[in-house]
Amino acid sequence: MMLKLAGVDYLILGIYFAFVIAIGWVLRKYLKTSADFFESGRSLPAWVCALGFIGANLGAQEVIGMGASGAKYGIMTSHFYWIGAIPAMVFVAVFMMPFYYGSKARSVPEYLKLRFDEKTRSFNALTFAFMTIMSSGISMYALSLLLNSILGWNFHFCIILSGMIVLLYIFMGGLTSAIYNEVLQFFLIVLGFLPLVLLGMKDVGGWHGLVEKLNVLAQRTGFQPGTYTESWAHTGSASSNPLGVEWFGLAMGLGFVLSFGYWCTDFLVMQRAMAAKDMGSARRTPILAAVPKMFFPFLVIFPGLIAMALTVSGHGFQLPPKDGSYDYNMVVPLMLAHYLPSGMLGIGLTALMASFMSGMAGNVTAFNTVFTYDLYQGHIKKDGTDAHYLTVGRWTTVVGILASMGTAYFVAAFNNIMDVLQLVFAFVNAPLFATFLLGMFWRRTTGHGAFWGLIAGTLAAAVHQGLTIPAGAAVGLTQGGWMTIVHTYPSIMAQNFWTAIFAWTMCMLATIFISLATAPNKTDDQLRGLVYSLTEKIREHDTPWYLRPATLGTVVLAGAVGLNIIFW
Amino acid sequence: MHLDVRIPLGLLFLLLGLILVGYGLTSDPAIYVQHSLGQNVNVFWGTIFALFGAAMLLLTRRNKSG
Repeated sequence: MMLKLAGVDYLILGIYFAFVIAIGWVLRKYLKTSADFFESGRSLPAWVCALGFIGANLGAQEVIGMGASGAKYGIMTSHFYWIGAIPAMVFVAVFMMPFYYGSKARSVPEYLKLRFDEKTRSFNALTFAFMTIMSSGISMYALSLLLNSILGWNFHFCIILSGMIVLLYIFMGGLTSAIYNEVLQFFLIVLGFLPLVLLGMKDVGGWHGLVEKLNVLAQRTGFQPGTYTESWAHTGSASSNPLGVEWFGLAMGLGFVLSFGYWCTDFLVMQRAMAAKDMGSARRTPILAAVPKMFFPFLVIFPGLIAMALTVSGHGFQLPPKDGSYDYNMVVPLMLAHYLPSGMLGIGLTALMASFMSGMAGNVTAFNTVFTYDLYQGHIKKDGTDAHYLTVGRWTTVVGILASMGTAYFVAAFNNIMDVLQLVFAFVNAPLFATFLLGMFWRRTTGHGAFWGLIAGTLAAAVHQGLTIPAGAAVGLTQGGWMTIVHTYPSIMAQNFWTAIFAWTMCMLATIFISLATAPNKTDDQLRGLVYSLTEKIREHDTPWYLRPATLGTVVLAGAVGLNIIFW
Repeated sequence: MHLDVRIPLGLLFLLLGLILVGYGLTSDPAIYVQHSLGQNVNVFWGTIFALFGAAMLLLTRRNKSG
């Protein structure tokens, strides 16, 4: 379906692009050292870092993917927030940030070098660099495909346009430029999507109307009434909900392993917290970010629920069919087109493009930092001047954008962005959280233990995926079962969650056994500031009790529990 | 010393808000019946955008003088 834009919509898009580039232009004069470029000179206030923290995460898979999942799975999609993000964000703030920020490491892989050894750092840096380019390429591909299908814009033109804009503002302003644009994008998404949700809810007859209409859908798909509007009530067995996951797999796989693996170890988001001006701000960053994150389901999942409700009730809107089901990825763009007239439509589209671009920019800034500090300075040129690394960082940005463009064409083969990303996270991120947990809280963990534990965990993920398959899927590299099939899961989601659980458990056990079998490679003195038991507790006497991470974290957790109960 | 992010944030939303209100006042009312349940969302949300933008700019000024 083609969407007609009026002159005012193009004007709004144009103004936004001009602002984005202007921010880079203004910030370039503040940029003097490599620390300014890669770490914003550790100078930003907590609220700016917090909005960057979720802005960087608010990329393609969030806005399009969560709308799509909302339509496909219903309110259960909110698990990706209420148990799949909030607890981990509070945990990283209270328990882990003191080591990331306090160690003075410039990146997450660099922490691994300080704590363990060079090989563990390099392994993490390489897999992470690969993942960021892949994510950035997926963002670029998804954006271009979307603009091509709804606006009829040329696919190649979109790839080049988005790549060039992101390149320009990062090249000039570095991390600060990326974070500032994430702040702009955050408000654009919130203020741009809110009218859509409010109009949609009014249209379907409020919450009661929504439940009524989605119960018709539940009946049609053979589920109990309430399946699409209750988040926990139908998780007793995997076959009684559209997600195809039972409560244990959900809580352990998503709520613990995948969520903590992402929010506690992923440098993409951690880089935003590490740009904060002091320890207190760095620790408050993930918690402040968790507050809006908690309410995002209403912005990004509800359009999916509304779209399905309208579709089943024949209410003047139909999701287009695809492969015997619906084209879920079109939920968000079609809802924008349905409810927003020219003017606000321009805002909605700008918000959508902003989210893709900041997702891309988040990945590229994380990539250039890890490449420059962990791979280039770590292996190629150890003793360059600061100006040299600044230049390398800038040109790595160019390379990163070009590689993303290449990836964009490559990922055209995959169709469900969300499932592919989950798969990659499961292989790489799931074991990682075990490594950090042991590294930060068990001082006996050795470099060999960490390294081989990570390898074992990643291999376990691959083997588990190779031995299992989601019901009804074709045997293959993305779906699984490519070794032989020993178990069939009810859904690809369930398979991903269990892949993560196996990977994490394997990494945990292997790291413990190998650490016990090898000699410690760091002295207690070297581990000070890196390991819990050897680090002086942070004094918070100067911070009022209501600003302490533990207090704020408890409030946020209570909010998440409340939401789980309301939508049980 | 960095550029205060509230300056571009405030300017962007103030400008977009004014454009939305302007467009909302001059556009054909039929588009609101067709899309937004008959409500002129451009004028309403444009006002919210402009107020948000203005508030951000005011906060920057207050912090500077204070």
